[in-house]
Amino acid sequence: MERYYQKDIECADRASIQAIQDERLIKQVRHVWEKVPFYRHKMEEAGLTPSDIHSTADLHKLPFISKDDLKDQYPYGLLGKPLKECVRIQSTSGTTGKRVVAFYTQHDIDIWEECCARAIVAAGGTDEDVVQISYGYGLFTGGPGLNGGSHKVGSLTVPTSSGNTDRQIMFIMDLQSTILCCTPSYAAYLGERMKEMGYTPDQIPLKAGIFGAEAWSEEMRTDIEKTLGIKAYDIYGLTEISGPGVSFGCSAQNGMHINEDHFIAEVIDPETGEVLPDGEYGELVFTCIDKEAFPLIRYRTRDICYLTHEKCSCGRTHVRMSKPKGRTDDMLIIRGVNVFPSQIETVLMNNGYAANYQIIVDRVNNTDTLDVHVEMTPEMFTDNLGEIQERQNVLVDDLKSMLGLKAKVTLVAPKSIARSEGKAVRIIDKRKI
Amino acid sequence: MSIKQISVFLVNKPGTLKNMTGVLAAHDVDLRALSLAETKEYGIARLVADDTFHALNVLRDADFVASVNSVIAAEVPDEPGALDNLLQIFAEEDVNIEYMYSFVLSGEDKSAGMIFRVSDADTAEPKLRNKGLRILSQDDIAQI
Repeated sequence: MERYYQKDIECADRASIQAIQDERLIKQVRHVWEKVPFYRHKMEEAGLTPSDIHSTADLHKLPFISKDDLKDQYPYGLLGKPLKECVRIQSTSGTTGKRVVAFYTQHDIDIWEECCARAIVAAGGTDEDVVQISYGYGLFTGGPGLNGGSHKVGSLTVPTSSGNTDRQIMFIMDLQSTILCCTPSYAAYLGERMKEMGYTPDQIPLKAGIFGAEAWSEEMRTDIEKTLGIKAYDIYGLTEISGPGVSFGCSAQNGMHINEDHFIAEVIDPETGEVLPDGEYGELVFTCIDKEAFPLIRYRTRDICYLTHEKCSCGRTHVRMSKPKGRTDDMLIIRGVNVFPSQIETVLMNNGYAANYQIIVDRVNNTDTLDVHVEMTPEMFTDNLGEIQERQNVLVDDLKSMLGLKAKVTLVAPKSIARSEGKAVRIIDKRKI
Repeated sequence: MSIKQISVFLVNKPGTLKNMTGVLAAHDVDLRALSLAETKEYGIARLVADDTFHALNVLRDADFVASVNSVIAAEVPDEPGALDNLLQIFAEEDVNIEYMYSFVLSGEDKSAGMIFRVSDADTAEPKLRNKGLRILSQDDIAQI
């Protein structure tokens, strides 16, 4: 039976959700108009005052804010509360080269942790569970967010943080951890290591995993579920908006419910900024309607996904977002074709290769080259060179039909691609443009 | 009475074969035969060792992808036409040779050892034996 952390809100009817959003949006817009000069200035430029915003139907009138705005306003420019009322900062991993510092009041921490608690309960978590959190702790939101959520649920929380794989496995086995929280690539690595150590899925006490912070494919989910003997749930979030738990997967494993009492989601055409209907892929945009210290309005996430309001079998009524198929930043443009690493991953896993791969893009004689490095596995190896080449050719063909362009496939030695303990480094772009 | 051969995936770069022999040396593996098949980017090292199980374990522990397969090892006398005789048997029986390589059999008669991977070992082996050729067993290999 489906369990909920806050059933009344998670399963509220559409009209109630709408009413909460309208009320909170109006209040939030007034709040930032009064407290954050940056927003007042932006609204004035657009010819708006808070009295122009009557409900969520007016949301599209408000200007977007981008990661560049956050960079320009670093560190205090978007602060919505006096520092005296702030109790925490978190910061992005800085993989895109622009560090963002987000501020939290105690209220902000509470709602963030509540969102994470909803995700843990949706994954079957109770106060009987042992939740091992192998996301990094510190400035990264992964560890602290799930840690707080696990406390709220009342689970025994094991704050291993990331890294030290053999110790992670020791804790899983010795403390009989039942829920694992980490990045999907690290879950895959843990699974691989445990398999090597001789553990079969039925010997591994884990029953569920809550994985996020990077794009991953359905094939990778199936693979992780098989090796660890678990059900794998998605979790999505970003530091700018709060952290993990902005949305989360449920038993239906078909999209992630966005916590709509705190965040309003829109999907827009990244070129024109126009709001797109349900089911259409575009850039995800969030408005925080219940946050105090770092209240972002229409923040462009650069994540590409679509929304659906269709009824979900789990009983939750909050809108679902599809697994992001990549970030607009991760998207590679190769010979004019849009390529997402997740597409390449899908092809590899469909052909029986491991999720460990690297994409090397270069420019030779003014033509982009795409080289996919894949590790040889015992399953794919045979004593016959012709057969290995044949399998390699199948990969090249499948990549061609998935991406619409020809990629080179290079088979490399096992374990020669560095394993990640946090976010995997999938792309090496050597093009100098 | 085939023998066990280990096939190892190697990337075609300087030092990779040495990495493999380094692992074998460190674990006292005695090689009986070795051959390389390569493409531009990678290859397969095929080897016969005194103790197949031990060699396979140490290679896998060192993160090599390796598999075991069966091959025929025959003794070829040191005289003109000996190899031709042997190959005629395969030809007559319509058995295809996927690959072959030779190794040294110590002894007064200076015979060579020849390893064959063939399409149909079950047909080929008894025929070779009927023609009076010596087929080596795993024990023979261990005792070389």
